[in-house]
Amino acid sequence: MSDETPIIEVENLSKTFGLLPVLRSVSFGVARGETVVLLGQNGSGKSTLLRLLAGLSKPTAGVIRIGGWQMPKEAMAVRRQIGLVSHQPLLYGNLSARENLDFFGKLYGMAKGERGERIGAVLDQVGLAKRADSLARDFSRGMQQRLSIARATLHQPEILLLDEPFTGLDQAAAERLEDLVLSAQREERTLIMTTHQLGRAPALAGRALILARGQIAFDGQIATMSAASLSELYAGVCGGAAVA
Amino acid sequence: MKTPFRTAVLAIVSKDLRAEIRSRELLSVMAIFAFLCILVFSFALELDRVAREEAISGVLWVTLVFASLLGFNRSLAQEGDQGNLDAMLLAPVSRPAIFLGKLLSNYLFTLIVALVILPLMTVIYNSNLLKGWLIVTTLLGVFGFSAIGTLLAMLTLHTRSREAMLPIAMLPVALPLLLTAVRATTNILNDNPAREWLVWLQLLAAVTVIYLTLCWLLSGFVLEE
Repeated sequence: MSDETPIIEVENLSKTFGLLPVLRSVSFGVARGETVVLLGQNGSGKSTLLRLLAGLSKPTAGVIRIGGWQMPKEAMAVRRQIGLVSHQPLLYGNLSARENLDFFGKLYGMAKGERGERIGAVLDQVGLAKRADSLARDFSRGMQQRLSIARATLHQPEILLLDEPFTGLDQAAAERLEDLVLSAQREERTLIMTTHQLGRAPALAGRALILARGQIAFDGQIATMSAASLSELYAGVCGGAAVA
Repeated sequence: MKTPFRTAVLAIVSKDLRAEIRSRELLSVMAIFAFLCILVFSFALELDRVAREEAISGVLWVTLVFASLLGFNRSLAQEGDQGNLDAMLLAPVSRPAIFLGKLLSNYLFTLIVALVILPLMTVIYNSNLLKGWLIVTTLLGVFGFSAIGTLLAMLTLHTRSREAMLPIAMLPVALPLLLTAVRATTNILNDNPAREWLVWLQLLAAVTVIYLTLCWLLSGFVLEE
């Protein structure tokens, strides 16, 4: 596969829950190493799209290919390449930060030595090295979010899916997360991130997809846009108040 | 490339054991419930000595089934409430490995409760429940219940009022196991000849194998959306 081939290809993707259509004939591609921010109002289908890309949900219609593999039928081939930070921390409260990461490292088939090395590195990266042996349930929301990022990046996935990663973070934690996103970009990882914080989007992503009523209402470059003009664009596309 | 089956199963079991040793959320609730259940039945049957003796096997299995229901619900809730099941499903792990890991954890917890209540019932009901074949029956029956319970707890995990849904779904399905286990236990307790209880024990083993196979085959469908 050449580098020009998108690492993520989505064609006419639809998802319906019961009679409720959440995504309607969505198509787009994401190039290797690209960072895309997914914008849209609550209920527009952002999280559903990320779950579909992660192989956690089955499309009602349409095709998703990741690295040429069709999801979710051939998901096992690419699971190692995907990391997901969800709304929920996806952590065990009764295990320490280190134990949580060790468990997930085992599930990703990492050898003991590699696990120890990577756990140290990711805990250091998210600033939790000193709290490695504290129970996850004793962590604040921001710390849990950071540990969740450590979990998602432990196996060094090529694709990172971040579902509203800035939610509940204080200024310092949000800045640290921004650094992590930028560092992932430098490592040429492919990132898809949903957020309601339009002000952060142009600094973090070159491209935005705006979902409205289950369809892509905007797909374009935003790197040169100011936060105000993105906010204006968003309000125009979604027909609602913008979030700064 | 998938993570080796054994590695995934052992990781899930050791994670569950570690979490339970630390919190004792599951075992304490199951054990207290089982203890109270035995006491309530004991008081209810106190005046009728014959009925009490005849009811022992029923009391044992009803107590085990209800205690295990509590355990299965809690065990899977730990995976569902924080979305941890999604994190496991994201990993390159086969779905039957996740099912087997959770099944073995649930089996261990229910077995610990069973091994506590057997001597307890021996004392309270003044009847020897610590017979070798009765322990074999318990090991087998609890494994069958754990297989069905784990699968159905996974199935009802994202349903509304899952605490109520699991017993509603499980009790009718578990009836063949319950009947064969009670029959085998009654015959063993009454010191009947081996030919009378062996057939029930064999039937219990057959039902357990059938249920385990079905649960194994269905686990992929249940765990995927």
